[in-house]
Amino acid sequence: MTEQRTVLTGKHLMQGDMACAEGAIAAGCRFFAGYPITPATEIAERMARRMIEVGGIYVQMEDELASMAAIIGASWAGVKAMTATSGPGFSLMQENIGLAAMTETPCVVVNIMRGSPSTGQPTEPGQQDVMQAQWGSHGDYDVIALAPASVQEMFDLTIECFNLSETYRVPTFLLADGFIGHLWERVIIPPLEEIKVVKRKKPKVPPEKYIPFKPDDDLVPPMANFGDGYRVHVTGLTHDEHGYPRTDDPEVQFKLVQRLCEKIRKNAEKIIKIKELMLEDAEVAVIAYGIASRASISAVKKAREAGIKAGLLRLVTVWPFPEKIVSEIANQVKAIVVPEMNYGQLVREVERAAKETPVHFIPKLGGEPHKPDEIFEVIRRAVK
Amino acid sequence: MRVEIRVGGFGGQGIVRTGLILAAAACVYGDKNAVDTASYGPESRGGKCRSEVIISDGEIDFPKVENPDILIIMSQEAYLEYVNDLKENGILLVDSDLVPNQKKDLKAKVYEIPATRIAEELGNKIVANVVMIGAFAAVTHLMDVNHLKEAIKSNVPKATIDLNLKAFERGYEYGKSLLKEN
Repeated sequence: MTEQRTVLTGKHLMQGDMACAEGAIAAGCRFFAGYPITPATEIAERMARRMIEVGGIYVQMEDELASMAAIIGASWAGVKAMTATSGPGFSLMQENIGLAAMTETPCVVVNIMRGSPSTGQPTEPGQQDVMQAQWGSHGDYDVIALAPASVQEMFDLTIECFNLSETYRVPTFLLADGFIGHLWERVIIPPLEEIKVVKRKKPKVPPEKYIPFKPDDDLVPPMANFGDGYRVHVTGLTHDEHGYPRTDDPEVQFKLVQRLCEKIRKNAEKIIKIKELMLEDAEVAVIAYGIASRASISAVKKAREAGIKAGLLRLVTVWPFPEKIVSEIANQVKAIVVPEMNYGQLVREVERAAKETPVHFIPKLGGEPHKPDEIFEVIRRAVK
Repeated sequence: MRVEIRVGGFGGQGIVRTGLILAAAACVYGDKNAVDTASYGPESRGGKCRSEVIISDGEIDFPKVENPDILIIMSQEAYLEYVNDLKENGILLVDSDLVPNQKKDLKAKVYEIPATRIAEELGNKIVANVVMIGAFAAVTHLMDVNHLKEAIKSNVPKATIDLNLKAFERGYEYGKSLLKEN
């Protein structure tokens, strides 16, 4: 297989979903299992064609429960694996997302969000699965979720999802809205050698000394794949550092669950990425992600033209939530404005971090994203 | 400079492809920025169909068309639905054979192009959208002709490249002749 076919280095006009598939391939993904669903179908479609070209495997599964199970299995067999879906499929995946979290299986789940709940609005974009991404499966565990705001980021952040997933052994979500998934924009795909790809952390000890779930200082245990010659026992039951079930030992349960959460929380500063626009002297801050952040840029620029000191904090990382950064901004500004394409989700996290600072929420449902003027009006009222 | 373009017609006319060709010409073959979005019904032929392109020298923050500077209309239904969104003194390119009922007092520069008829003369009405792109290039001067041709070549089936380039030339000539008349 030539490298040119693997990474399509160059300048392209691509749809967000297509760029996501290309990002996965560039990151080394060679296994895709999924069930097509609008508006994520184009990812499956492209992966079906491209996996053959790059020597990978594409499986169209019977449903999303099986899709999630298949990528967990593929990952343990040592292959970078991904699935892609939208809200209804994301709900079906939740049980096995919990299994991936509990077994610390690196894998990437793409959710191209549409209008919901239930089957909702198949062809209309939404941002309604943001809380579900963190809290969808039962029990305590922390995840990583990234929210692209352009087609270029559909490519770049899919790679980043794989890298974070391998680094922290955690299911990692590309949480994109249907607008960005279906948007066509230019993508610049760099040469293969310029793409930073993280390799799985393997055990440095011989098989007889390997303790499969004993963490390093970063709280992440080195991972031996099936077939590497190490003994590995993998279970969704509460397990000790050897991987064996210890369901009646409160201390084992506490240590395990604590580590599943803390390996993300303690590394949050390394994980979190944000983009700032004109925040230095801002008196009002817009906090947004995905498509809502694009209208916010226009709104903030318009506010500046009108003499209002507005700025934008764009969340590239949605989970772990950038609590510290939001708190600092809240201390500086008089008001915060949060536009989301839902009826109020991440705004709750913003409110928690903002404490006394008033937070103005702008809901949006139905499929049409916020218009810049709608956000501008709220900015104007917020500083009056 | 930010120019908003909306293309409207019905499924099967190459409305979505027209958007992709304009966007690719601007941002892949040219050095401008572009975004393209499309909306269409579940039918592959005959349903309402729209694509929207924004072309800009700078970053495109908000990627949706609000009030188009340029409208390209290829059905009566699309005409009625979108003509009032056009900016005052904007540019309207319309396949006049397909849009018999037009407003008389429209504050716009209107260019009537019998694109489907020209395409039929060339042997296949499927290239009517590319005739429109040719006329668009001639009357707007917004984009480099060579960039548009490159975008057409990379966006149509190989066997139809010559036919499509011919359609582009015919549309371009027709557009130029309209400019002379004005």
